Amino acid sequence: MLAVEGVRVTLGDAEVLHGVDLTVASGEWVTVIGPNGAGKSTLLRAVGGAVPCQGRIIIDGTPTSALPRRRRAQLVATVAQQPVVPPGMRVLDYVLLGRTPYIAPLGRESAQDLSIVEQVLDSLELRRFTGRELETLSGGERQRVFLARALAQGAPLLLLDEPTSALDIGHQQEVLELVDRLRQERALTVLATMHDLSVAGEYADRLVLLAEGRVAADGPPEQVLTEELLALHYRARVRVIAGEFGPIVVPVRLS
Amino acid sequence: MATLRPARLRPGWLAAGIGAVLVALVAGVALGPVTLPPGSVAAELLNLIPGVDLPSGLNEREIAIITELRLPRVVLGLLVGAMLSLSGGCYQGVFRNPLADPYLLGVAAGAGLGATMAIAFRAGAVLPLAAFAGAATAVVATYLLGVAGGRDRTSATLILAGVAVSSFLAAIQTYLLQRNVDTIREVYSWLLGRLATNGWHEVTLLLPYALVTTVVVLALRRELDVLSVGDTEAASLGLHPQRSRMILLAAASLGAAAAVAVSGLIGFVGIIVPHLVRMLAGGSYRSILPLSLLFGAAFLALADLAARTLIAPGELPIGVVTAFFGAPFFVLVLRTTRRVSV
Repeated sequence: MLAVEGVRVTLGDAEVLHGVDLTVASGEWVTVIGPNGAGKSTLLRAVGGAVPCQGRIIIDGTPTSALPRRRRAQLVATVAQQPVVPPGMRVLDYVLLGRTPYIAPLGRESAQDLSIVEQVLDSLELRRFTGRELETLSGGERQRVFLARALAQGAPLLLLDEPTSALDIGHQQEVLELVDRLRQERALTVLATMHDLSVAGEYADRLVLLAEGRVAADGPPEQVLTEELLALHYRARVRVIAGEFGPIVVPVRLS
Repeated sequence: MATLRPARLRPGWLAAGIGAVLVALVAGVALGPVTLPPGSVAAELLNLIPGVDLPSGLNEREIAIITELRLPRVVLGLLVGAMLSLSGGCYQGVFRNPLADPYLLGVAAGAGLGATMAIAFRAGAVLPLAAFAGAATAVVATYLLGVAGGRDRTSATLILAGVAVSSFLAAIQTYLLQRNVDTIREVYSWLLGRLATNGWHEVTLLLPYALVTTVVVLALRRELDVLSVGDTEAASLGLHPQRSRMILLAAASLGAAAAVAVSGLIGFVGIIVPHLVRMLAGGSYRSILPLSLLFGAAFLALADLAARTLIAPGELPIGVVTAFFGAPFFVLVLRTTRRVSV
């Protein structure tokens, strides 16, 4: 589904990613972890086309450099780390923005666009919020609306940049369960970044550990979430406990 | 379950906007030193449509007052108001800043300098042209300067470039005024705005630009809604944010420059009207822009009516009338706006 080959990204004068290779199979959930400044968000933004990069990014067999913007937006949908909340915009209109890649530049949304949005709203239990202004919703509700806009894009590849960082522990689980359910229902491929290592391991099929702009480890959660790797790359002392859905990472005081 | 109703221009609001324009049109033509009955005015206005011939009971002199004196002035007011409000609404969307107005990128300073030069060098006949050239040059300079600022063509660098260009041009203008003190009065009167007409001359000057601006801005009004989520997300939705923004700014600046060239600097219309529309009819640019066009037209035509009748036979500068209502409103917006993002 997605192949990232030797991707380098330069922000300002500094090269942030130094040749990253990564593949995500169709229907797979891969989560990128790594310490602050490792380049996780930059990698996601490069895949989403938000920052220019060297190297190749191939989606469904086509290099993204050969894809027109609208076509690319039909294949890749992104939920940003902190999406902009436009003042005064209603939930329905916000989710409808997801249909932009299908609406002709001078056109308006069709009945089909509306019915797709309606179905997404129902599936995320957002129907009762459609007339509310996005600003007035709680953090958990907003995150579902952000997700709804991305789903309305109808793209097979979903990029989630820290989808739960603004949520409490209960809403984190709710949103991630929702993503997992939607992934199965809609045959989505998910590439996410996450800070909470235990949660990352519980939901992803595979983890990619990024450190200083390079892939340091890539594999199932049990192979990546090891005390040695985390000590090396995070400079953290942790204990890793086997859990029902993957390793549980517990920080332990240093001295 | 209720059916989903996306943000669109609602027919009721469209009808209200058209109604406001018609009221302003008839009132503007009927009222003045010689007051004409509104019914007769409406009949004479309809008679301008080919094939219509209604009895109005007006004599030839009164008909001439309508078609040669008042109608051109009212139509000019409608066009200028429409352009300033439409450009203002467009600027607010492009910059995601509720306090942006069409003068933000140097239109006012450029037009001011052009007009001052025309007056100072005794070339009053080319004043509209000079003001237009000044405004257009200023916006182009702002844009080039803003883009030269770096690869990140953010709104903030454009606005800062606008501030720099405006200050620079204002400095030249002040210098010119100091050197030609005898022209201060005339320049000052231009700066406050006036809708003086010489037959249909000014209307025909403005009309082509107004049409281009209207068509381009209204055609792209959905893109303004998409731009409201920011450049990065708009790009991930398949838009070219920089390109859309440049086209919208160019079109809006063209309309504003052309309006300023024939009317002088009329403040606050570009801020008040889009905000009223936003409060009344919702925050989508798909309704804000067309309604700003209509209500802006009606507002300025009525403001001009006040300007020329309140102290008749004298005349208030129209900028005084719009600012008198606009400034308190401006403060209200400042105090109630939750977020000012540049």
